[in-house]
Amino acid sequence: MSSKNANNGLKKGMGIHARRVLAYVVLIIMTFLCLFWFYVLFINATRSNSEIQRGFSAIPGSRLAANWQSLMNDSLPFVHGMINSLIVAALTALCAVYFSAMTAYSIHAYEYKGRKAIYTFILAVMMIPSQVTILGFVDLIRGMNLMNNFLPLIITSVASPAVFFFMKQYMDSSLPLALIEAARIDGSGEFRTFNQIVLPIMKPAIAVQAIFSFVSSWNNYFVPVQILQKNDMKTLPILIAQLRAADWKKFDMGEVYMAIAFSIFPVVVVYLILSKYIVGGVAAGSVKG
Amino acid sequence: MKKSATAAAGKFNHRAVRYNRWGYFFLIPFAVVFVIFQLIPLITTIYHSFYEYYRSGLKWIGPNFIGLENYKTLFSSGGVWQYFGNTMILWIMNFIPQIFFSLLFAAWFSDTRLNLKGQRFFKTVIYLPNLIMASAFAMLFFVLFSNIGPINSILQSIGILKQPYDFLNHKWSVRILISFMNFLMWFGNTTILLLAGMLGIDTQLFEAAEVDGATSSQVFWKITLPLLRPILLYVVITSLIGGLQLFDVPQVLTNGTGDPMRTSMTMIMYLNRNLTTSRNYGMSGAISVFLFVITGALSLIVFKVAGYGEKVK
Repeated sequence: MSSKNANNGLKKGMGIHARRVLAYVVLIIMTFLCLFWFYVLFINATRSNSEIQRGFSAIPGSRLAANWQSLMNDSLPFVHGMINSLIVAALTALCAVYFSAMTAYSIHAYEYKGRKAIYTFILAVMMIPSQVTILGFVDLIRGMNLMNNFLPLIITSVASPAVFFFMKQYMDSSLPLALIEAARIDGSGEFRTFNQIVLPIMKPAIAVQAIFSFVSSWNNYFVPVQILQKNDMKTLPILIAQLRAADWKKFDMGEVYMAIAFSIFPVVVVYLILSKYIVGGVAAGSVKG
Repeated sequence: MKKSATAAAGKFNHRAVRYNRWGYFFLIPFAVVFVIFQLIPLITTIYHSFYEYYRSGLKWIGPNFIGLENYKTLFSSGGVWQYFGNTMILWIMNFIPQIFFSLLFAAWFSDTRLNLKGQRFFKTVIYLPNLIMASAFAMLFFVLFSNIGPINSILQSIGILKQPYDFLNHKWSVRILISFMNFLMWFGNTTILLLAGMLGIDTQLFEAAEVDGATSSQVFWKITLPLLRPILLYVVITSLIGGLQLFDVPQVLTNGTGDPMRTSMTMIMYLNRNLTTSRNYGMSGAISVFLFVITGALSLIVFKVAGYGEKVK
């Protein structure tokens, strides 16, 4: 922050140089702080219990496959958990993007009574967290006899105000109404226009929001833990919390690390492949200047 | 865009009216799901808050209408203020370093004179923790910082510690761990938001300032920061709303106890406790309504500062 006066060439050059060095040093320290934990996680997931107890080592061990085996045979159903998490997260993402695009399309492309009020209302409730309605939600799900069912977790994503807002923003910038008119003149039905003309145009927005919805569902702990109580139905975060609650000192630590790695690394891998789109999508959905 | 919308609507007025009924059709899924799964639960939550309804041993007491008794008990018990205080302390401890580093990094990334290389790499890395499963991240920190964990082993082997330090049994070390995890998970996100805001500032302003001989810090305090105010306010309030929901990390790290001595018990942990352990639905309702009122008020501020009202035209 201390670059010198623009008129003083020499001083300014040194200031910039020093600032650049400082920036790189701080950024590298932060990079270390972000990655170190996952490095230790990876190392310890490859080591045996006794190796881990003996202390830390920077070099991977040879017990990756063995730890994997013991995780697969654990009494906590981690494989089931992974499959359950995948099903819930994938269907949640699908519902969230399809129906949010549909809602945004309703607001974007049509003029009807109450449209503005509805738009205002959705934006106003966007920030209210789902936690504050959990009591009534569980009550309702119990009444509907949908406990231990994925349906309540998935179907709620049909009404995702934040995803809706992103879609609406994207439509404002990239979906001209003239195009919809043209489709009408060509005799395309309204529903068909939405599915076959609007959705393909929305692809970039859909991709970004699908990833975010998938990840937030994958990581969600508070709501699923109230709904899914049967062992076979539990998702990964619930099993992780259960692992914490168990008498973990008796556990094979290699296996514990493997269980954590099993929950974290799939998302990391997907992120590294798609990071360009994800990082670009973070700012786009929030607030503009 | 909006002008052309009304123009198009005017031009095709007769047919438009016929088409516009489809607007309602496309709204149905959202409306139905919102009403059933969000609005009705909200109403029943509020409803429960006026009833005495809990489990005592194997017996259920209630539901009996008791008016505001649950609220009176809640606010006079002292517990809720302690947990609200804990939640705020944990939020502040994570937010101050978060906003500091986010502003610093956003300023560095957007500074063309500084011209930092490898920006994409750094952005990718600092955003990464945001996508990590919070419960698994907390479990990871729990094993890493346990008495026999690698952190204690490293600190001992390089001679900083003589004996293992019990990170999970000291009030401030637990709070620091929780705040630190939240800091790691959110500062990348905030950096990217602030960076987008800084890149949106008219570069002519910076050029003019440079011609006038302003220093970098003058530019930052006198131009960047004032113009960034709406986004900063948005970041602060949304972070505060998020902070009030803090659950996964302290829940898993402390196994739901909020130990030591409930100094890391957050509001949502308290709600969860009333829902699952003590099964006091009346009290859960009162806690939920309390949180709903606070987050609702904060949401209205976000609505104002983000200019959502102006987007609706």
